[in-house]
Amino acid sequence: MTASHGEHLTNLTLSVWRQKGPDAAGAFESYRIDSISDEASFLEMLDVLNEKLIDEGRDAVTFDHDCREGICGSCSLMIDGQAHGPQRGTATCQLHMRKFKSGANIVIEPWRATSFPIIKDLMVDRSAFDRIIESGGYITSQTGGAPDANLIPVPKPVADAAMDAAECIGCGACVAACPNGAANLFTAAKVAHLNLLPQGQAERHARAESMVETMDEYFGSCTNHGECEAACPKEISIDVIALMNKDYRKAKFANRKEIARS
Amino acid sequence: MTTATDPRLNAKIPEGAIADKWNNYKEDMKLVNPNNKRKFKVIVIGTGLAGASAAATLAELGYQVDAFTFHDSPRRAHSIAAQGGINAAKNYRGDGDSVHRLFYDTIKGGDFRAREGNVHRLAEVSVDIIDQMVAQGVPFAREYGGLLDNRSFGGSQVSRTFYARGQTGQQLLLGAYQQLARQVGLGGVNLYNRTELVDTVVVDGRCAGIVVRDLLTGELQSHAAHAVVLATGGYGNVFFLSTNAMQCNVTAAWRAHRKGAMFANPCYTQIHPTCIPQSDPTQSKLTLMSESLRNDGRVWVPLNPGDARPAAQIPENERDYVLERLYPSYGNLAPRDIASRAAKRAVDSGRGVGPLKNGVNLDFAAAIERLGKDVVQERYGNLFEMYERISGENPYDTPMRIYPATHYTMGGLWVDYELQTTVPGLYAAGEANFSDHGANRLGASALMQGLADGYFVLPYTIGNELAPLLNKPIPGTDHPAFKLAEQEARDRYSRYLGTNGKRSPDWFHRELGKIIWDNCGMERTEAGLKQALADLPPLYEEFQNDLRVTGDGESTNQTLEKAGRVDDFFQLGMLMCRDALERNESCGGHFRSEYQDEEGEAKRDDENFAHVAAWEWNGDPMAAIRNVEPLEFETVHLATRSYK
Ligand SMILES: Cc1cc2nc3c(=O)[nH]c(=O)nc-3n(C[C@H](O)[C@H](O)[C@H](O)COP(=O)(O)OP(=O)(O)OC[C@H]3O[C@@H](n4cnc5c(N)ncnc54)[C@H](O)[C@@H]3O)c2cc1C
Ligand code: FES
Repeated sequence: MTASHGEHLTNLTLSVWRQKGPDAAGAFESYRIDSISDEASFLEMLDVLNEKLIDEGRDAVTFDHDCREGICGSCSLMIDGQAHGPQRGTATCQLHMRKFKSGANIVIEPWRATSFPIIKDLMVDRSAFDRIIESGGYITSQTGGAPDANLIPVPKPVADAAMDAAECIGCGACVAACPNGAANLFTAAKVAHLNLLPQGQAERHARAESMVETMDEYFGSCTNHGECEAACPKEISIDVIALMNKDYRKAKFANRKEIARS
Repeated sequence: MTTATDPRLNAKIPEGAIADKWNNYKEDMKLVNPNNKRKFKVIVIGTGLAGASAAATLAELGYQVDAFTFHDSPRRAHSIAAQGGINAAKNYRGDGDSVHRLFYDTIKGGDFRAREGNVHRLAEVSVDIIDQMVAQGVPFAREYGGLLDNRSFGGSQVSRTFYARGQTGQQLLLGAYQQLARQVGLGGVNLYNRTELVDTVVVDGRCAGIVVRDLLTGELQSHAAHAVVLATGGYGNVFFLSTNAMQCNVTAAWRAHRKGAMFANPCYTQIHPTCIPQSDPTQSKLTLMSESLRNDGRVWVPLNPGDARPAAQIPENERDYVLERLYPSYGNLAPRDIASRAAKRAVDSGRGVGPLKNGVNLDFAAAIERLGKDVVQERYGNLFEMYERISGENPYDTPMRIYPATHYTMGGLWVDYELQTTVPGLYAAGEANFSDHGANRLGASALMQGLADGYFVLPYTIGNELAPLLNKPIPGTDHPAFKLAEQEARDRYSRYLGTNGKRSPDWFHRELGKIIWDNCGMERTEAGLKQALADLPPLYEEFQNDLRVTGDGESTNQTLEKAGRVDDFFQLGMLMCRDALERNESCGGHFRSEYQDEEGEAKRDDENFAHVAAWEWNGDPMAAIRNVEPLEFETVHLATRSYK
């Protein structure tokens, strides 16, 4: 599976989605990479391509990237039809060329989802995720009023479970991988992180309700395909969706009671 | 009041004993009443830890806040990548920690080149940060009883570091981002994403606002405000290869510098000892392996140069555990600058390991034997995985290979006690300012400082500045100064597009980085710095005449964005070398080979250099003027920094 150290891959063909702007028509263009070290990362291979394009006086390929450590969630490529490419639990920027073979034809596309419109080439607009967080993905605690941190003990298994969910990097691979373009894994990861913790209880139901409803405004609906979990570079478990659904149902019930009382 | 020789560099340290200064400040400061706060507009550039926390808190207080980031979402700021942890003087271990000790460790770690007043305040508010972040739901590591866990970090003898697996920065940034998102949802903050600051505007000596460029359309726009905060991160990418995220740049700070904000100690840069060594020439960035690994990993190289046997075949008596030998009391936890130089010297002596012989071993075999594989996995599992993904090697079986890389910049915009730059109304927070770490930053202290500035300092000090401005008009964006700044920015970007030369911005960035790394990196010499200062101006001229930027200026163009950033890095690079050349001593991250003792340790010159160098723009970085803020030590006494 792994090529040995310091070897070169040769004769790669890249089919890259090029699109000038949000409203322009796009198409695949083919580029050749004659030789690249197997130690190079996938994005370093694109850097090499871009240097070559600039050399030839052509426009470089636009793509989002920043940390190149799998944590910022910027990188977002469909590689050969798979969100973030062939290596499980790995964001595009952490994928290395040693996972590919000489002579390969690699197809590179942006996330494809109606709620993530293409900005240019491989770059998409994921701000709908921010709208979901703004609608309730937080614990209200104004600066300055917090009690001593150890006054809120959190059992280790609870803290660990919250952390498992909190690891989401907001890249959008779950949406890109979902046949319905649903954002349930992203939303549920945040709901689970906050709703599992003692600090999150006061707003538990309001949070679930408002985040789910904002999610529904922007994204498709979940029909339990499970593709999201397989595509997630942080391997966040689909179980969080069950927790979110449960809290959402409870919230609806709790709210009905409140309306009846008022 | 401490008075500096240059009145513009008066730090405005409050009166009183060191432990009372911040309280005295808060008791004396002017207040803006809650209903009046909405009459003030505050602009925050940058939404990393410092910017997100400042924007959220200022909005909670009632100010109108506009926040800007070049990222698509605040959640992507470079802060997200911090791994190891955040310090706080909670003394939850009962191991003798205190505000005073954190203060002292930070001053000493910074090699006695930081301002006492600021550092003490940082240590004081550190405890509030942990309370605040826990209340927000940051899932810090816990013990089985449910209380918070701690680990220790380089440069300290107590366990005061709070962490969330190997993703502390991520969890803290998401916490601050969520507070910011809440304010965006409530309408307290207008958020401008994918928008880059390209200039600051000064009218009658006060900061009047900013000019930004929309990265999707290329459109330039002015924004006026009562106060502007730059929380735009550090400039480590001047080296091209560093552990910083690819987009980190100095543009915001540099453009402010050109408008009158003095730039302090640019030569204080930090090289982090534990990064994965470079493996091939196309490499675009280096990856940090958290310093926390030094808690359990042992640094060693073969005793004999040229020993190419695999680690497992080298017997104990033919290994040199460099840090344990040189610094027995701190061992593998010696501070960063010291550990980095030890690694460099080991490699330079021909004892480097790995295919390119450009690293040292960080070995976990002893830890695995002592603690069991499960415990090691629990502590470092995700770091080990990350290492394996990048290097193709499994650190449970063979030692990691590490080498120092640029990581953090202690230098930055000069600020006073209120975090105000030398331009009134313009503030700098987080890594963008210079204030708290002196010549070397201790591990887990950058996250602490970013959040301290944003949550607990700026919200007070900005009010003190704004109170007297109530109901006074401020210059609007139709003021000629805004128009001029817009025009200058427009011309600049057209020039990059119109140069039609042969080399890409990245090509120039790489060349620049090589010069800076070779001459202004881990070890500096007078000759090397002079060479760099001779080589940089012609290369910069070539950049101006031979740059090639393809694409246009009316849609997303990352090549064009990069050109602007490289331009500013060039200018900063020259200033860094000048600063390093003028500082005729070794201190912290600034190691001048001419100034070392018989054992190769840094030799400070307190008589001549116990000061901050604050550089003033004068039309050209090579002509910048060096001003001085003397550092006065009232509480700690200057000592040789020893970790033996
Ligand atoms: C790999 C790594 C690991 C680290 N680990 C630790 C650790 O364990 N503990 C610790 O304490 N520290 C650590 N650090 C250091 C620490 O992460 C940083 O110093 C800190 O996060 C900086 O925060 P900041 O808010 O100042 O800036 P950043 O997080 O860099 O944010 C800068 C913000 O400014 C914006 N921006 C910049 N320029 C412009 C512009 N011109 N226009 C508009 N927006 C702009 C960006 O979009 C971003 O939002 C680590 C650093 C690295 C590189
Ligand atoms: S670039 Fe940050 S996750 Fe890939």
